[in-house]
Amino acid sequence: MSAPEPLRLHVPEPEVRPGDEPDFSHVQIPRAGSVPRPPVDVDPREIRDLAYSIIRVLNRQGEAVGPWAGTLSEDELRDGLRHMMTLRAFDARMQNAQRQGKTSFYMQHMGEEAVSCAFRRALEPGDMNFPTYRQAGLLIAGGYPMVEMMNQIFSNEADPLKGRQLPIMYSSKEHGFFSISGNLATQFIQAVGWAMASAISRDTRIAAGWIGDGSTAESDFHAALVFASTYRAPVVLNIVNNQWAISTFQGIARGGSGTFAARGLGFGIPALRVDGNDYLAVHAVAKWAVERARRNLGPTLIEHVTYRVGAHSTSDDPSAYRPKTESDAWPLGDPVIRLKKHLIKIGAWSDERHTQAEAEIMDEVVAAQREAEKHGTLHSGGKPSTRDMFEGVFATMPPHLRRQRQKAGV
Amino acid sequence: MARMTMIEAIRSAMDVSMGRDEKVVVFGEDVGYFGGVFRCTQGLQQKYGVTRCFDAPINEAGIVGTAIGMAAYGLRPCVEIQFADYVYPAYDQIVSEAARIRYRSNGQFTCPIVVRMPTGGGIFGGQTHSQSPEALFTHVSGLKTVVPSNPHDAKGLLIAAIEDPDPVIFLEPKRLYNGPFDGHHDRPVTPWSKHPLGEVPEGHFTVPLGEAVVRRPGSAVTVLTYGTMVHVAEAAAGESGVDAEVIDLRTLLPYDLEAITASVRKTRRCVVVHEATLTSGYGAELVSLVQEECFWHLEAPVARVAGYDTPYPHAQEWDYFPGPKRVAEALIATMEA
Repeated sequence: MSAPEPLRLHVPEPEVRPGDEPDFSHVQIPRAGSVPRPPVDVDPREIRDLAYSIIRVLNRQGEAVGPWAGTLSEDELRDGLRHMMTLRAFDARMQNAQRQGKTSFYMQHMGEEAVSCAFRRALEPGDMNFPTYRQAGLLIAGGYPMVEMMNQIFSNEADPLKGRQLPIMYSSKEHGFFSISGNLATQFIQAVGWAMASAISRDTRIAAGWIGDGSTAESDFHAALVFASTYRAPVVLNIVNNQWAISTFQGIARGGSGTFAARGLGFGIPALRVDGNDYLAVHAVAKWAVERARRNLGPTLIEHVTYRVGAHSTSDDPSAYRPKTESDAWPLGDPVIRLKKHLIKIGAWSDERHTQAEAEIMDEVVAAQREAEKHGTLHSGGKPSTRDMFEGVFATMPPHLRRQRQKAGV
Repeated sequence: MARMTMIEAIRSAMDVSMGRDEKVVVFGEDVGYFGGVFRCTQGLQQKYGVTRCFDAPINEAGIVGTAIGMAAYGLRPCVEIQFADYVYPAYDQIVSEAARIRYRSNGQFTCPIVVRMPTGGGIFGGQTHSQSPEALFTHVSGLKTVVPSNPHDAKGLLIAAIEDPDPVIFLEPKRLYNGPFDGHHDRPVTPWSKHPLGEVPEGHFTVPLGEAVVRRPGSAVTVLTYGTMVHVAEAAAGESGVDAEVIDLRTLLPYDLEAITASVRKTRRCVVVHEATLTSGYGAELVSLVQEECFWHLEAPVARVAGYDTPYPHAQEWDYFPGPKRVAEALIATMEA
């Protein structure tokens, strides 16, 4: 026998880079309505194929089809469209405000609005999200005032977080939104802990954890799956696969696994992939998973297949690492346009009403911004005090910190 | 009052806390059915049920991460990391999360957790069962760090830590679990039953966090120390003939500056002693505080006795350990300076 050839290191590469033609032919997209909807108490072993498929409700004609359709009324769908349009308008204004120097940093949701907006509808008051920085739809759809969000973004005198936290790292216990961390994936295992606590306390509330495709590589992701599986925690674990982790394509985190959802299979956790740009599908899958959690059936892992249309953040330029036209080629379309088309198809909406709603929503966002700016922006107007900087490290300020504050003269 | 080892005192603290408040839950590796590799949680699962005291997967980030989530919910988790040497996978959760949640959420969410872990050497544990990582925690804003030196304080401090509204790192000197240890490793072990601080109230009591205590009154030199080294310092004082005042800090953060300065201003000399490695150790903070607050009272440079800046060795354990001889030498040198 001849000696084996020297070993080779495999470093995955995306199919295309800047200058190439965008190509998503490798993304297998099942027909809308074709994936079955199992009962919530299904044996996870019987639905392993759902980790490799994509649950879709809206077809190309804008019709809601198949067993996952029919979870929302016309009014609820119009509400959902409004939430997504609001988030998009909010993003546009805040992105602009960052360019104007009114805040240091912003992260938008373009293309991913359905994921957090639709998911929020499946939760009950008292449930708790452990979000990443790209789930502001949970707040918008949950009725958190935009002015409060902007006060936080502007780090002004009315900032509910007193200027201590980066812009967009919101926190609202009242709205079921845990304080966002900039350290990735830490929240995923915390969501499991919160859910375990609810079960220990014989409560009825459940938790939802959120993570991006890139951060599934973090150890905390795997810790979360182990603990969720072991203790059958009442938690919905959401992976938002928007294809890009800053400049790194999803293949680097995914490795040899077929899909991110498939990570759940080894843990015996039901794992579903859903069309993240399909408001109806996200809601239906969320509702299924939430019901499982609420009925003591344990955790569910959901991979939301979507695409990050915008830059990672205001500090990023995607043209350096992916084709400029890639987002146009994304085969699952735009979540706002798809829901709009569906509502028109069922006679519950029109182009005129849409145009009118866009204008109304922009007026609301502009009015909120005007209100927030009265309290200041990052470099002008009212700002949190230096004294606020020293407060809240502990419940009671310890002597050494008190001495430092006194020395600072505040 | 009852006679307790440090293990029994720690167990009693959790027992009392779990009995008083159903929000207190205890978990970690091997802590459930078996009761922990050092037996600190023995019987708790039987008494309070599997949902309040249970075994965790071997995943320290997961143990602390779930504890943080539970605390955000409203529980008071007291978790065990099997050895302080194993805490590093949980360091991100402790530093970036537990310590910051109150601050970054402006008090909407808080993190009343206790992370217990056996610390220090003296048991031939080699480099992965002997470390003293307290400085990695005292350097982090938002954490409290506690190191008891005897059963009485261990119980009172642990109950105070569990009841504290903020995260507490609770380092248990494992060489003290079964008896006071003065560093004379070649002598027979004395049990806590023969030590006055092995007398521990059976019910609820607390030793407030942030308060040091004079363990051995003296007039010649102040020794600032904690944990196992309290006993080593007491032995060194006796053996050197230097009338040292040994201060047991008990809580490293927040520290008791008044107790430190009162003693140093009285004795006018100071030796800082810890088992952890020297450079950037907690002792450096103590020396700084002493020179800032007591410089004009000092008759001699402040000395440090600490572990060498090497990994904790196995065969050379007693060459490494800052025993009574090294402490005594420092006391004498400080008196002669």
